[in-house]
Order: sequence, then C-alpha cells, then structure tokens
Amino acid sequence: MPFQSTVGDYQTVATLETFGFLPPMTQEEIYDQIAYIIAQGWSPVIEHVHPSGSMQSYWSYWKLPFFGEKDLNLIVSELEACHRAYPDHHVRIIGYDAYTQSQGTAFVVFQGR
Amino acid sequence: MSKKYDAGVKEYRDTYWTPEYVPLDTDLLACFKCTGQEGVPREEVAAAVAAESSTGTWSTVWSELLTDLEFYKGRCYRIEDVPGDPEAFYAFIAYPLDLFEEGSITNVLTSLVGNVFGFKALRHLRLEDIRFPIAFIKTCGGPPNGIVVERDRLNKYGRPLLGCTIKPKLGLSGKNYGRVVYECLRGGLDLTKDDENINSQPFQRWRERFEFVAEAVKLAQQETGEVKGHYLNCTANTPEELYERAEFAKELDMPIIMHDYITGGFTANTGLANWCRKNGMLLHIHRAMHAVIDRHPKHGIHFRVLAKCLRLSGGDQLHTGTVVGKLEGDRQTTLGYIDNLRESFVPEDRSRGNFFDQDWGSMPGVFAVASGGIHVWHMPALLAIFGDDSCLQFGGGTHGHPWGSAAGAAANRVALEACVKARNAGREIEKESRDILMEAAKHSPELAIALETWKEIKFEFDTVDKLDVQG
Repeated sequence: MPFQSTVGDYQTVATLETFGFLPPMTQEEIYDQIAYIIAQGWSPVIEHVHPSGSMQSYWSYWKLPFFGEKDLNLIVSELEACHRAYPDHHVRIIGYDAYTQSQGTAFVVFQGR
Repeated sequence: MSKKYDAGVKEYRDTYWTPEYVPLDTDLLACFKCTGQEGVPREEVAAAVAAESSTGTWSTVWSELLTDLEFYKGRCYRIEDVPGDPEAFYAFIAYPLDLFEEGSITNVLTSLVGNVFGFKALRHLRLEDIRFPIAFIKTCGGPPNGIVVERDRLNKYGRPLLGCTIKPKLGLSGKNYGRVVYECLRGGLDLTKDDENINSQPFQRWRERFEFVAEAVKLAQQETGEVKGHYLNCTANTPEELYERAEFAKELDMPIIMHDYITGGFTANTGLANWCRKNGMLLHIHRAMHAVIDRHPKHGIHFRVLAKCLRLSGGDQLHTGTVVGKLEGDRQTTLGYIDNLRESFVPEDRSRGNFFDQDWGSMPGVFAVASGGIHVWHMPALLAIFGDDSCLQFGGGTHGHPWGSAAGAAANRVALEACVKARNAGREIEKESRDILMEAAKHSPELAIALETWKEIKFEFDTVDKLDVQG
C-alpha cells in the first residue's frame, strides 16, 4: 500500500478545554456530569462569554454561583435560561470547590457562534 | 547538671537507645531499615545509627561537656521486626528540631543520610520515611505555586493534565525540536517536556531551543484557543547558568520551567523554587538518579523520602512513576507517596508504606507526573490510580502514532476525556476500560489507529522493591 494512503492529515481544531475533544453530549450525558458535580459536594456555577473572549480567566456569571444547590433540574433549567438569554455565547458549568478554592470541574455545555 | 570527663569508648546504646522516650511533636522522626553485621545486637546497631546521624562520634570527647548533649542528641526510641525478613529491623529515631537549619533540606539529608550510611557495623541501611514536624515545614518555601494555582494559570479543571516528552530525546536542532512541540500541542496536549538529557548541547544550544519552543507554544495556543506550555529545562552546570536560563524563559513569557532536582542538588532546587515563586513561574521537577538511591530494598533512601523532600524544597510537578508502564513502581507504595505530594494530612498506613502521620499544614500540593512507557490502553488505569491532580505523559505513545505527533496527541486527549466522562458518570473505568476506549474510538480515527498500534504492548515484570509484608 502506498505510504500516502495510510497517513491521515490531522487538522488543528479550536477547542474549549475539558471535554473539548468529545462529540457534543446528549442531554442525558450532561445530566450525569451535573449529578457528579452535586455528588462531590461542589457548588454549581454557570458562566457565559462571547466566543471572542473565551480565553479570559473571567467569564460572566449567570446570576450568582448556586451555592449548595442540590436540585439537578433547577441547574439544567438555569443552563437553558442562560443559553436563551445569550444564544451566541459559550455557556459552561463549573463545579466549584470552596475547600480548595478551585474548580473541581468545568466544561462547556452550549457552544456560541 | 555537670558531668565528669571519662575518656574512652562507650557503647552507643548506653546513650542513644532510649525505649522509654516519648517523641515530641517538634521532633523530626525517621524510620531506618537496618541490617547489621552478624553478632552485633539490634539495640547497638540502632543506637549507632542514631548517634552517627546526630551528635555522636566513635569516641567520647572532652568538648561534649561544653554543651548539654541530652538536648541535642538523636534517640532511637523503638525497634520493630521487618515482616518477612529475619535479618533486618526497623529503627525509629527522634531528632530534636534544633539539629537542623530552618528550611534546609540539604542540612537534614547531610545529617540523616551522611556518614552513617558507610558505617562498618552495618551491612545495609535504608531510610524508609521521615516525619517532618510542622514546625520545620513552616520554615520551608515548598512548591512555588502548587496544584490550585497551576490549574488556574493553565485553565485546566476536572481532569489530569496531558503531556509528553519531545523525542528523539537527543540530536534535534532547535527549529526541528520546536516543530515537534508545535505538533503535540496543536494536537491537544496541554504541556510538552524537554527530556532531562537536553540541557545545552552542541546540536541544540539552550537559547535556540527556548526561542523556537516559545514560538511553537504561542502559535498552538492561538490556533487551539487553549492554554499551552512547555517545560523548558533550565538544569545547568552552575547556578548562574541556571538562573540565566530561567530569566530568559520568563522574558519569552513562558509559563513553566524545569529542573532535575537530584542531579542538580537540593540547594540549587530550593534556590530555583524561590526564584519561581518570586517570578510567577511554574516548576516541573525531574528525578534522574533516583533509582540509584531508592531501588534497592535494603539500602539507600526510599522514594517517599525523596518525594517529601521535594515538596519541601519546592516544585509544582514531580515524576512518580506510572505503576503500569516500563519503569519500576508498586501501586500501593506509589499511592502512599503521591498522597504525601498532594494532601494536607497523610495518616500512618503501613499498607501504603507510610510509617508516620504527616501533617503538611498549609503547604501547597505537587502534581504527580506519570511518565514512561505508557500508551492509550493504560489510560483508564492511570486515571484510576492517579486521579485528576496528575500529569500523564505519553512520549512514544504520542510520537509513535502512524499519523504523527499531532494525531497521537489527539488520540490521547480523546481517550483521557472519555475516561473522565465515564468515571464521572459512575462507570467502573478499569473494569470497563475496553468498552470505554472502543466507544470513544468510534468518533476519533486517531484513537482507533492508536488502539490498534499499541494493542500488544505490555510491561509485566515483577517489582524489585516491594512493600515489606509477611510472604
């Protein structure tokens, strides 16, 4: 087999950090990840930004961090509300860990344009 | 209470074996595995270790009486059998805090692993563990940034960092080397690494490397929209050169540099860590020469001691072995010392090789780096063993991909994220590893090819240095 036909061309992709290399998650998969955040005892935080600002440390908060919130459905509806209000923005969810003052996890749920 | 000078040679155990002693919270405690010469009683061997690693010498000397050695001497306060080894025993020794200079790991090691290791009454001696008192820890700088700050700087959350060493490790020109860095980073790695052997050789002087690597890092960052870095190895033959290289990395706006802490030495390492803290630079630590010191089960220094020393001397990432790859490392032992790199309190747990409770107080944590002979098939096990606060580095497992380093990088990134996602969703990633990887490969041709390429590669040799347990 000629060499050329066995080597693929890898194209650089712009990604948004954690889970950026996976296909978009189904609604059920997103639920699983939010359930994980809640189960870890982290506080859910929703943030959004125009794609041109995606590399900033600070994205805009949606409302305030949902400190101590355990209701999965409420978080999902807030994510959707944020997306409706800023349809062209990236929207991410963070599991905020107040003990370490770090993000236990963070990933983009809705990609802006 | 004054004493009279009585010249001559006393048995060590008269002074240094004190089984009634209750260690103080401020004492530095050490556990040595001792194998004495035949016929020498255990208490005498243990006391000799305590003496020779603290205030004692072979003969009584008049000048001892100018001070109160009761205040300064090390004491052996406990002797224990080594499970499964009738020849050896553990000696627990307490050293008063004032035997050591504040913040100086160099000073601690000069005492504890100095002359005593050549002592003729011993056949073998191994320093198994040290309990650093919090009073000493508070005098050490520790990691210049730590895990939390490093995550914030690199914008990586909820998963291990992903890296690789640039290969071939020797012989590339600066420009060719930068090309490989660029390929890895554009393909989805977070970080790339200078091989420890790369310093400033004729084929690639350090300045040449730094400039091309900086261009590669910036370009990859721009194109991918993610934060990228490369550990620029600043290890050099003089401290002056070390700092010159570090300063240039900072001038190029690079986020992280690298040092080889055992060959470079603890003094150099602590100095560089202080420089990093002052200059907002992350510090990656390599550990060449460790296996010379830590691999023999009866002689030397256990790596858990070297790891604790590094956390105190300063570093934001430290190599810890992989458990599953080509290099030595038992799972429980590895978990024992990575706890000591990352946690704020680690309880005594002999099943993990930790001989003491260790309180780290507010000292920042160090990322555990797993590197050496690992590939995508190991990903689920690596995530299960090392957790999120780790850096997984695939060298051959990146560059060896049939499509090249960028595709190899993408394959690793897809595999890592698939495993994290599965773990978070409650799946048993080690048990279901094959399913998780095969599912992920459905939407990633790069991963599918990687899985095919490395499907047969295993490193299944028995561990040389095992935990001491009854066989």
